Amino acid sequence: MTDTSVTVARIGGAAILRIHGEITGGSEDALMAAYTEAGDARSIVLDFEGLEYMNSGGIGLLVTLLVRARRAGQRLLATGLSEHYRQILSLTRLDEAIAIHDDERAALAAATA
Amino acid sequence: MTTPELRTPRDEESWAQPVDRLSTTATGAGRDTVTGRRVAGPVQGFGQMWQKTFAIRVPADEHPPEAVVAHWKQGFPTFWPGGARFYAPLSGIAPGEVALLEVSPVPGSPVKMSTGVMVIYADRESFTFMTPEGHALSAWITFSAWRDGDETVAQAQALERTADPLIELSYLFGANRANDRFWEQTLANLARSLGVADPIVEVRKVCVDRRRQWRYAGNVRHSAAVNMAVGTVTAPVRWFRRRRSA
Repeated sequence: MTDTSVTVARIGGAAILRIHGEITGGSEDALMAAYTEAGDARSIVLDFEGLEYMNSGGIGLLVTLLVRARRAGQRLLATGLSEHYRQILSLTRLDEAIAIHDDERAALAAATA
Repeated sequence: MTTPELRTPRDEESWAQPVDRLSTTATGAGRDTVTGRRVAGPVQGFGQMWQKTFAIRVPADEHPPEAVVAHWKQGFPTFWPGGARFYAPLSGIAPGEVALLEVSPVPGSPVKMSTGVMVIYADRESFTFMTPEGHALSAWITFSAWRDGDETVAQAQALERTADPLIELSYLFGANRANDRFWEQTLANLARSLGVADPIVEVRKVCVDRRRQWRYAGNVRHSAAVNMAVGTVTAPVRWFRRRRSA
């Protein structure tokens, strides 16, 4: 059983999805429900500070989320990444599609730029 | 609050480190077209994005998930259909290792296309390959097993785009189906190796993104298939030149 929780906060035109626990292939329902709750936000900021575990199934899920966001004309940004998870996004070259920021303030500034 | 850096994630040992350019310890392949290339996943591909899933079921009591994955890693090349060869790195299927592949684009043809894959993730229940520049696909493919009731499900799931417009065109004219058959046969061979006499391979295909990424049309310059075709066409010229200089 995958232990994933995602909370959503709206700040202006951006939605912050705060991820807690795991991101695996089994996290699809939790992540996509949060994305749906984000509604018509122009930018989606993924906050990974509460992330404890991610396998390759989780990375696939981020790609699916990226496709949905692009289809809706939304930008996808990330913050709260440890060095370990930054390296994973670099390894998989997902960092070429998801802008990574050092903190939430920087992510929100970029989201509204 | 604990900062992200102070917690050691339990997946830390399962992921490869990022690399700028690939290198391999695999031997036996005719050509190494992977060294010096970068990895390229579904974000960097050209064609429509597909999620393809191929799965078999075996009795869990006889074949628990971790044992199935260990068996799959150990015998990985042996489950491939004829005409394709997998040259494992010296350390086997482990994070960061790079394997070489030889694939016949046309089944039964002596013409081989050389490429490879990088192991970006491996744990006791799954392992994931990522393709390099030059591979026909820009993809991740994950091999995994888990318990479902009294059965173990063993699955290969790919998230893929064709790498360039030429491959995308070939996919419209049969190469996509040939690729599916390859993995159906691979999973069937795996099932037989686990004692299943008449394996049933469950297949599910979902188009995740119908749009093609034209900004990656230039991937064709890396294409192992194009290089193979050019090499095949120019082979007589090279042979003639060698004879003249002999």
